[in-house]
Amino acid sequence: MELFNSESKKIISDPINVNNPISLQVLGICSALAVTIRLDQAIIMTLAVIFVLCSSNVILSLIRNYIPNRVRIVIMLSVIASLVSVVDELLKAYLYDMSKQLSVFVGLIITNCIIMGRAEAFALKNGPSKAFLDGIGNGFGYGLIIIIVSFFRELFGAGTITLPDGGAGYVLWRIPESWYAAGYENVGLLVLSPGAFIILGLVIWVQREMAGVEEDA
Amino acid sequence: MTGLEHYLSIFTKAVFIENIVLAYFLGLCSFLAISKKIDASVGIGMAVIVVLTITAPINWVLWEFLLSKGALVWISDDFVDTDLGFLKLIVFISVIAAMVQLVEMFMERFSQSLYNSLGIFLPLIAVNCSILGGSLFMVEREYTISETVVYGFGSGVGFFLAIVALASIRYRIRYSNIPPRLRGVGMAMLLTGLLSMAFMAFSGIDL
Repeated sequence: MELFNSESKKIISDPINVNNPISLQVLGICSALAVTIRLDQAIIMTLAVIFVLCSSNVILSLIRNYIPNRVRIVIMLSVIASLVSVVDELLKAYLYDMSKQLSVFVGLIITNCIIMGRAEAFALKNGPSKAFLDGIGNGFGYGLIIIIVSFFRELFGAGTITLPDGGAGYVLWRIPESWYAAGYENVGLLVLSPGAFIILGLVIWVQREMAGVEEDA
Repeated sequence: MTGLEHYLSIFTKAVFIENIVLAYFLGLCSFLAISKKIDASVGIGMAVIVVLTITAPINWVLWEFLLSKGALVWISDDFVDTDLGFLKLIVFISVIAAMVQLVEMFMERFSQSLYNSLGIFLPLIAVNCSILGGSLFMVEREYTISETVVYGFGSGVGFFLAIVALASIRYRIRYSNIPPRLRGVGMAMLLTGLLSMAFMAFSGIDL
């Protein structure tokens, strides 16, 4: 199969735009909010999700013809749980500070509905190379949203922009003291949980406006 | 702090101050999908209470006697350094999946009416992050077994309260004039934000 024909492009680009996992399929919101306090956490989380999503899609797609339909949920869960354990141990070994900050939310990738949802909806019906592309597309679609949310939460809530590095994060830019002296203030609410819900709600709105999709509710 | 007061404090904390949905963002997928209907929300809320109250203590026992560092000393002193902690995710999620299946079968056998109202929600709960999250938080906070029971039950009640509240609000605004692309999930997120702000008013209460 050709890797970059129009069909594979569609598999990758759809989930980033018109079929975004967070704002349109409404999957994986649980972890999307908790890790968006700082940009570096969101970036690491995105990488972890892309890794788990691609590998689980490929593995499940390879064994899809041997899985009895009745027990497929248990099989999917055990494949995903093993992959997440690998990520969890890797983070603990190489990025200990980060794994402390993310705490239980790395483990919760298991129950992140994106992974189960894509396995069920796509990987069990398609070949491994397509399933891999689907994993990449949905992973980036997820990452795009949480990186936007965390950028706004960190910038306006804490006044910094932090990129991931080996330790506690590298501060790329921080709001200068002179702004505070001139009366600028951080919006503390954004760091707390209500801020996450409200920003994500607005991002979903904007994303749907751009993709031109509406929900019949 | 004396016994009862301590448990009451854990309970109120789990229900109001550290509400599992509104403060920790757990279980949001089903929270958003099911809160379109009030009766369905009551159903899944009850199911979450039942499953959380059962699975959290079971996982506590497994963690304490099988998985954590030095937990296997009850077999022999040779295992004092054995740490099976890396298996916790797989073990917890299997226990949850199995328990959900068991509760479902049990209900079907003994209470047909309860099964009819809760039955369809049970499979969904196996992959609800609030259940796994409950077990993981229980490990992280080093609760004792009785604290775990209270915490599991309290978190379930918190989920129940939050989802029924959101479902009622969504029911009330169903004819409101909302911009078409904000309808549905977008609006539900904004409402959850407001609810979460309201629940934050409880923080600082200490029993």
